[in-house]
Amino acid sequence: MSTLLSVRNLTMRFGGLTAIDDLSLEVPAGRITGIIGPNGAGKTTLFNCLTGFYKPTVGTLRLAHPQHGEMRLEKLPSHRVARDAQVVRTFQNIRLFPKMTVLENLIVAQHNVLQRASRFSIAGLFSLPGYRQAERAAVARAATWLERLQLTRFADHAAGDLPYGTQRRIEIARALCVDPVLLCLDEPAAGLNPRESAELNELLLYLCREQGVAILLIEHDMSVVMNVSDHICVINYGRKIAEGAPDAVKNDPHVIKAYLGEDEEEGVMEEYTEERAS
Amino acid sequence: MSAVVFAHHGLTPAERLRDAGWIAFVALILGVPLIGLTTVDVGGRLAVDTRFGLLAMAVIAAFGGRLLMRWSLDHLGARKLARQRAATDSGAGRAQQVVNVLGWLALGASVALPLAFSDNRYVVDTATTVLIYVMLGWGLNVVVGLAGLLDLGYVAFYAVGAYSYALLSTQYGWGFWEALPVSGALAAAFGILLGYPILRLRGDYLAIVTLGFGEIIRVILVNWTEFSGGPNGISSIPRPSFFGLEFTRNAPEDGHSFASFFGLEFSAMHRLIFLYYLILVLALLTHVFVSRLRKLPVGRAWEALREDEIACKAMGMNTTNIKLSAFAIGAMLGGFAGVFFAARQGFISPESFTFSESAIILAIVVLGGMGSQMGVVLAATLLVLIPEFGRNFAEYRMLLFGMAMVLIMVWRPGGLLAHREPTLRLSADGKAAKGGA
Ligand SMILES: Nc1ncnc2c1ncn2[C@@H]1O[C@H](COP(=O)(O)OP(=O)(O)O)[C@@H](O)[C@H]1O
Ligand SMILES: [Mg+2]
Repeated sequence: MSTLLSVRNLTMRFGGLTAIDDLSLEVPAGRITGIIGPNGAGKTTLFNCLTGFYKPTVGTLRLAHPQHGEMRLEKLPSHRVARDAQVVRTFQNIRLFPKMTVLENLIVAQHNVLQRASRFSIAGLFSLPGYRQAERAAVARAATWLERLQLTRFADHAAGDLPYGTQRRIEIARALCVDPVLLCLDEPAAGLNPRESAELNELLLYLCREQGVAILLIEHDMSVVMNVSDHICVINYGRKIAEGAPDAVKNDPHVIKAYLGEDEEEGVMEEYTEERAS
Repeated sequence: MSAVVFAHHGLTPAERLRDAGWIAFVALILGVPLIGLTTVDVGGRLAVDTRFGLLAMAVIAAFGGRLLMRWSLDHLGARKLARQRAATDSGAGRAQQVVNVLGWLALGASVALPLAFSDNRYVVDTATTVLIYVMLGWGLNVVVGLAGLLDLGYVAFYAVGAYSYALLSTQYGWGFWEALPVSGALAAAFGILLGYPILRLRGDYLAIVTLGFGEIIRVILVNWTEFSGGPNGISSIPRPSFFGLEFTRNAPEDGHSFASFFGLEFSAMHRLIFLYYLILVLALLTHVFVSRLRKLPVGRAWEALREDEIACKAMGMNTTNIKLSAFAIGAMLGGFAGVFFAARQGFISPESFTFSESAIILAIVVLGGMGSQMGVVLAATLLVLIPEFGRNFAEYRMLLFGMAMVLIMVWRPGGLLAHREPTLRLSADGKAAKGGA
């Protein structure tokens, strides 16, 4: 099992606040890596550093890209992280293109491929065969993901008008249209009902096992994170406090303390997660 | 918000009365010191007098007014809700059909107009003005309506186009058709020049800087006398010819004028009608160009940028290029309109390129419904015609103009045609079908 992303000594400071404090982390290829931790632990900040939205104060982010070799993510602007390094993310507070249709959202995600095919829009303006073919391919790809995520019937609806759970799925489908090597999901189960969470589990496993996409998953819903993660990393106050297989992490005293405060008995975490799962 | 909610549950008459009663009570409390008591001058000394009759009237007015307001708000809310429901059904598709039919009708009418009014100078002239604004509106629509970049200095590109043609033709003897692409390219270059430093700005800040840019261009034109003729402007700009045929009374010695070539009696209307058709063709080309761009990756990227810039970046889109392309294309179209304007007027001065022009063009885009091509036509027609009809009202003209704008925005806050047609649809068999205009 090779390492896809290696985070070394990552530190992110905002003025006096250290949101991420000397964090090191390995993300294996083709696996699901869970990131958990209390609110304000620095999980979203980690994603922002990874995807070029924040420049880390200190640290390196090395991606072993299957085609392009080693890439240093901290040196790339956000759009190149997605385009060249193919590290694609979703947002904790969904960011779709609300007035555009679901299909258009997924087509926009393939902008770079289509823009190249349209040759500065000249081929597109005259609707040359090469461009038409590229557009058909883009739609076919979008249609495939729509089908897989059971979104086909919403294809021509404005994305912003759809229910929350559906929007979450659209955001994932859109990210998949960018053709990610590493998919970073920021609380994808937030606001989903239990049935939708179960479907999400299934989808994540499918992406990872069948499509070979490595997934970095921030999630509070233990029924999701504990069931699908191969490996979990627990962050508190910007530091990694525990790491390992789901079962090991669940029983780690540091984790229980971080989640439930001091003076709690061991094993409470177990109850907590079961309660969430039911 | 609350109006909609109330409309949903429906208010009983008793509730309405209680609501109005509360407002009347508040009016009474406030009214006692404000209306009920007044100071009077009694022989040099101040005394307090009471005006309880007036107060009673004010309280009754507040009661009645509140009842009426509540009722009309509920009514409006219910209608809005009904409309929203209709829109989510097949209503949207039908709305688009109506717009398409309207578009073809408008096209037919505009082609026929000079034939019907071939001896009415005023009508043809006004229609030409409408078309200039339609073209400007379509140009600005790219920047504001599609890309969502609030540009308050659009007139700068109009000015760049106009002055480019004026200078190229008067100084270097360029013809209209040679100058057109060059001036458009110059305006596009200015668009990029403006776009570059303000890439990071959004919303209000962007609006202020673009406003400043528009003013800078105007101030340069006013003050750089050797270059632009200063406040006196540039005059005797050559008029466009009809494939080399001039619209003059007397044919040149070695050739023909338009009238002599076609064996017509000379008429000043020929040129006006030609200019009208010229701007009609330019505007239609603009329309086709922009509508096609909207359905291409650039166009979708502009709309995505308007919707969420951060999401664009997360999808690997280079937002710098997308913004610059929007500024450049918008500026180029404004430049084309400017070239036509200079050629039509034969005289330009900085006075034609003040902020109020930018404001009118922006109003056309916003009133029309951001991003809607047909909306721009409607709004441009309204905004040019209202002041024309208003001429009879002399000084109340601008008041009328403002009132009309406020009314339209109250009636249709999303613009006259707020409906957005998708750039492509998923047809039943999973293949894409192109959306309408
Ligand atoms: N742009 C920013 N400026 C200042 N503080 C920030 C910024 N982004 C995040 N933070 C702070 O960093 C800490 C970690 O936040 P975040 O990564 O969003 O936590 P979470 O683990 O809940 O996703 C919080 O204290 C937050 O206030
Ligand atoms: Mg977060």
